[in-house]
Amino acid sequence: MYEHDVLVVGAGGAGLRAAIAAHEEGADVALVTKLHPVRSHTGAAEGGINAALREGDSWQDHAYDTMKGSDYLGDAPAIETLCQDSPQETIQLENWGMPFSREEDGRMSQRPFGGLSFPRTTYAGAETGHHLLHTLYQQVVKRGIEVYDEWYVSRLAVTEDPDPEKRQCHGVVGYDVQTGEVAGFRARDGVILATGGPGQVYDHTTNAVSNTGDGPAMAYRAGVPMEDMEFIQFHPTTLPSTGVLISEGVRGEGGILYNEKGERFMFEHGYASNSGELASRDVVARAELTEVNEGRGINDEYVHLDMRHLGEERIIDRLENILHLAGDFEGVDGLVEPMPVKPGQHYAMGGIETDENGETLVSGLYAVGECACASVHGANRLGGNALPELIVFGARAGRHAAGTDLGEAIIETGRTEDTEIGEVDTPVAPGAIHADDEAVADGGSDVDDSESRRDATRSDGGDPRSEGASVIPEPDEVVDRAVQAENRRVDHLMEKEDGVQQAELREKLQKTMTQNVNVFRTEEGLKQALRDIREVREQYQDVYVDDPSRTFNTDLQQTIEMRNLIDTAEAITLGALARDEFRGAHWRQEYQERRDEKWLKHTLLSWNDGTPELWFKPVILEGEDKTYEPKIRSY
Amino acid sequence: MSTQTSQETEEAEVESGQAEPHSPHQDRRMQERASKEERRQRLNDERTRESEETVEIKVFRYDPEVEAKQEPRFDTFHVPFEKGMTVLDAVMYARDHHDSSLTFRHSCRQAICGSDAFFINGRQRLGCQTQIAELDTPVRIEPLPHQEVVKDLVVDMDSFYEQMEAVEPYFQTEEKPDGELEEQRQSRENREKIKMGTRCIWCASCMSSCNIAAGDDSYLGPAAISMAYRFAMDEREGDEMKDHRLRLIEQEHGVWRCQTQFSCTNVCPKDIPLTEHIQELKREAVKKNLKFW
Repeated sequence: MYEHDVLVVGAGGAGLRAAIAAHEEGADVALVTKLHPVRSHTGAAEGGINAALREGDSWQDHAYDTMKGSDYLGDAPAIETLCQDSPQETIQLENWGMPFSREEDGRMSQRPFGGLSFPRTTYAGAETGHHLLHTLYQQVVKRGIEVYDEWYVSRLAVTEDPDPEKRQCHGVVGYDVQTGEVAGFRARDGVILATGGPGQVYDHTTNAVSNTGDGPAMAYRAGVPMEDMEFIQFHPTTLPSTGVLISEGVRGEGGILYNEKGERFMFEHGYASNSGELASRDVVARAELTEVNEGRGINDEYVHLDMRHLGEERIIDRLENILHLAGDFEGVDGLVEPMPVKPGQHYAMGGIETDENGETLVSGLYAVGECACASVHGANRLGGNALPELIVFGARAGRHAAGTDLGEAIIETGRTEDTEIGEVDTPVAPGAIHADDEAVADGGSDVDDSESRRDATRSDGGDPRSEGASVIPEPDEVVDRAVQAENRRVDHLMEKEDGVQQAELREKLQKTMTQNVNVFRTEEGLKQALRDIREVREQYQDVYVDDPSRTFNTDLQQTIEMRNLIDTAEAITLGALARDEFRGAHWRQEYQERRDEKWLKHTLLSWNDGTPELWFKPVILEGEDKTYEPKIRSY
Repeated sequence: MSTQTSQETEEAEVESGQAEPHSPHQDRRMQERASKEERRQRLNDERTRESEETVEIKVFRYDPEVEAKQEPRFDTFHVPFEKGMTVLDAVMYARDHHDSSLTFRHSCRQAICGSDAFFINGRQRLGCQTQIAELDTPVRIEPLPHQEVVKDLVVDMDSFYEQMEAVEPYFQTEEKPDGELEEQRQSRENREKIKMGTRCIWCASCMSSCNIAAGDDSYLGPAAISMAYRFAMDEREGDEMKDHRLRLIEQEHGVWRCQTQFSCTNVCPKDIPLTEHIQELKREAVKKNLKFW
C-alpha cells in the first residue's frame, strides 16, 4: 500500500495546482494519474484565463458577467471567490514563467471573449491551456512531488455508513496500466479528485478520449451527489469532421460567422443584435443549429467562421494554432478560406457537488476542475472561465486538504432544511440492476463493502443503508477492502470468456446521447435516451475483456471507464428530463422559457438504494455586498 | 494469437530494440477463444469489404505476456476509409471492430497531448495528425524506434522523461516582482524568441529520429536541449541562471554530441527548429567560455 498525506487523482491543471498548493503547506502529496501529466486534456484549452487585472476592470464586474452568463444558476459565494482569486493566481502562473502573449509594455495581453463586459481574457497565443499545463507540471518537477503516472484510479476507499455525510474517504484503489498491478493508496488527510470532464458520453466532442467522467462516477457511487448534470456546454465552433476545437479567441479577435447565403446571421437574424458573434456560447450554438435546421446551413450541417479579414500578421501572432488545426484536421487554409464549424460537446458545467473550498460532503474527499461543481458556471460557462476555475479551486482544495484554515464555507453541501425531494416520470427504472454476486462487472459501490454484505444477494449499487455499520474500521482496512473489491471486479472481467465488448456499448451510448441529449432537447428524446442507457446498463452486465494480458491492457481500462460513462450519461439525462424549463445551455422544446419561480435551484442526484434519487437545493444569489437579481439575458 | 483471416504474420523488420521475450505465459483461454474470435473477425471483415472502400494498415504487434505475441510480427487490418481519416482513426477502428487487444497510447486526438507518436511508413509522426489519404498504402505503423517496446505500439518513455527533467525544466529567477499582483515583464521580441521552444508536447519523435541518441543513452537529446534553450533565452531568468543552464547543456553528453543532421527538426510535429536551438546554444556556450580565457 502506498501512503501519503494528500492524494490528487488526475494531473491536469486543477490537479497539478492542488498538488503544488498542498506541497507548499508542507504536506506529503502525490499525484495519481492515468496519463502522464503533460498528456492531460488541459493542454487542449485554447482561449485564455479571465482575470480582472487592469484599470477599468474589477472582480465585481467579472462576477456580474459570470452570474449573468450562468443564467443565474451559479452560486454567488463560489463565483465571487473565483473572480477575487483569479488575478493573483494568474499572476502566479506568470511568475512561474508561463509564456503569456505580451503587450508593448511587457505586460500580459488580454482580449475580449463572449459575455464579458471588459477584455479580460489573458492568453498565450491560441494555446493557453498547453502553456498552463506545462508551467504547472514544471513546478511539480521542481518541487519533486511524487507522480504515479499511468496509474488508473478505478475506485474510492470510503467507509460504510448509512448516512453519506458520516462517511470518510481514506484513499483510492489504483491499477498500474503498465503492469496490471492493483494497489491501494492511503491518504492520511485527503483525496482530491481532479479527473476532468465526461465528454466521451458524446460522439462529437472536443474532449479527449480519456475524458470519461471517472471522478464524478466514482464519487457518485460513494454517496456524493452529482449537481446540475443536465448543463452540458456545446461549443459553437468545432470542426465538423472531428470535433476539434476552434477557439473562441477567433471570434474574440473579430472572426465572423456566416450562413450559406453569406448572411452574418447573428445580427441579421436577430440572435444577438448587440454582441453578435460574441454573445455567450449557448446563444451562438443555438443560433448556428437554427440556421442549419431552417435550411441555411452549409451542406445541411455547418456554418462558416471567417477570419481572413484579420490579416495574416494578426492571425499568426494570436491564432497561429488555429491555422494548424484547421489545416491538419479539416484540410482548410484559414488564411484563404472560411473554416467550417458546428456546435460540439465541450464542457460539463455540472459535476461533483462541492463547496467553495472544493470539499464534498464525504469527509476527506475533494473535487476540483471540470469534474467538480462548486457552481461557478451555473447553466452556461463563459469562455475563459474554466482555466481560472482550475487554478483558483485547485489551490484552495490543496491548501484545505493540507490542513490550512480557509474559513467556513458558505455553500452547504448535502441535504439541508432547504432541500426538496424531486420526482420525474421516467420510462424505465434508472440506476443499478439487480444481479447476483458473480456479476461484479457492474462495478459495485465505492463504499467499503464488508464481507457479510457481499455474501448476501444484493443490488450491485451496494446500498450502504441496508445494514448498519457496527464497527468503525481502521483506515488501512478500508483501503484493503476496496483493493479486494477491485481485484474481484478485474478478475471477473478478465476471466469471463464471452459476452459483449465495451466498444460496442460505448458507440451505442454516445449515439443516443448525441441524438437525444444535445443542444435542443425534447421530452420524448430524453426518455428514449434513458431507455437506451438502461439497455446499455443491462448489457454491461455481460461485458468482458478480450485481451488476456495484464501488460498495458487498454481493453480492461476502457471497460472500467465504460461503467463511469453509463452513470454519468444517465445523470445528465435524468437532470435534463427533470428540468422542465429553458435555462442557459439547457433548452427544452416543450418549455421555451426560463421559469425562475420554479427553477432557481440546483438539480442533485444521489446514488441511494442503488438508484438515482433526485432532489433540489436553492441557488445562492447573495454575494458579499450585493444580491444578484435575475435579469433577462440579452447580448 | 490468430485473430483474423485477413491477418498476415510477417517477420518484424523494425530496427527498434524489442524487449526480451518473457518466459512463456501459457494462456488456455486464448486457445479456446481463438476459433470463436476468428469467426467474428471474418464476419466483420466481410461486412467491411462488401460495403465500402477500405484501407489496408499493417500494425506492429508484440506482447511479452502472451505466447502468440512474444515473437514480434505485423497484423494486417482492413478498415473502411472515410475522407479526412487519420492514422489514429484507423488504428482505433481496428481496435474497436477487429481486435480489442490492439494497444497504443492516444488521448486528445488534436496534436497537443503528444501521446500517439508512431513510426508511420518509416517516419516519426503523430497518428492523429497524419491523414491516411496522404500516405502510400498499405500503411505501415510501428512503435517509435530506439525505444523499448512495452506492447504493440506502446514504448517505454521513462528515459525520455528523465532527459527532459535533467535540464531543470522550470523557471528560476532570483528577482521577484515587488507586489503580489506584479508581472515579470517580458518584451514581445523575447517572447517571440522562446516561443517555439515552449511548444514541445513531449512526443519524443525527435529523440526517436536522432542517430546520436540511438547510440548514446546519456545524450540529452533534441527535446531536452530545446527545453533548456527555452529557459536559457528567457530574459527574465537573468545572466547567472543562464550561465548555470549553459553549464548543464555543455556537459559531455550535451550539445556537443549533436552532429547537425536535422532529423529531429524534420520530424517535429510542432515545427520546432530543434537543430537551430541546439546550434545557438553551442554558440552561446563558446561565447561564455571565451569570457574566461
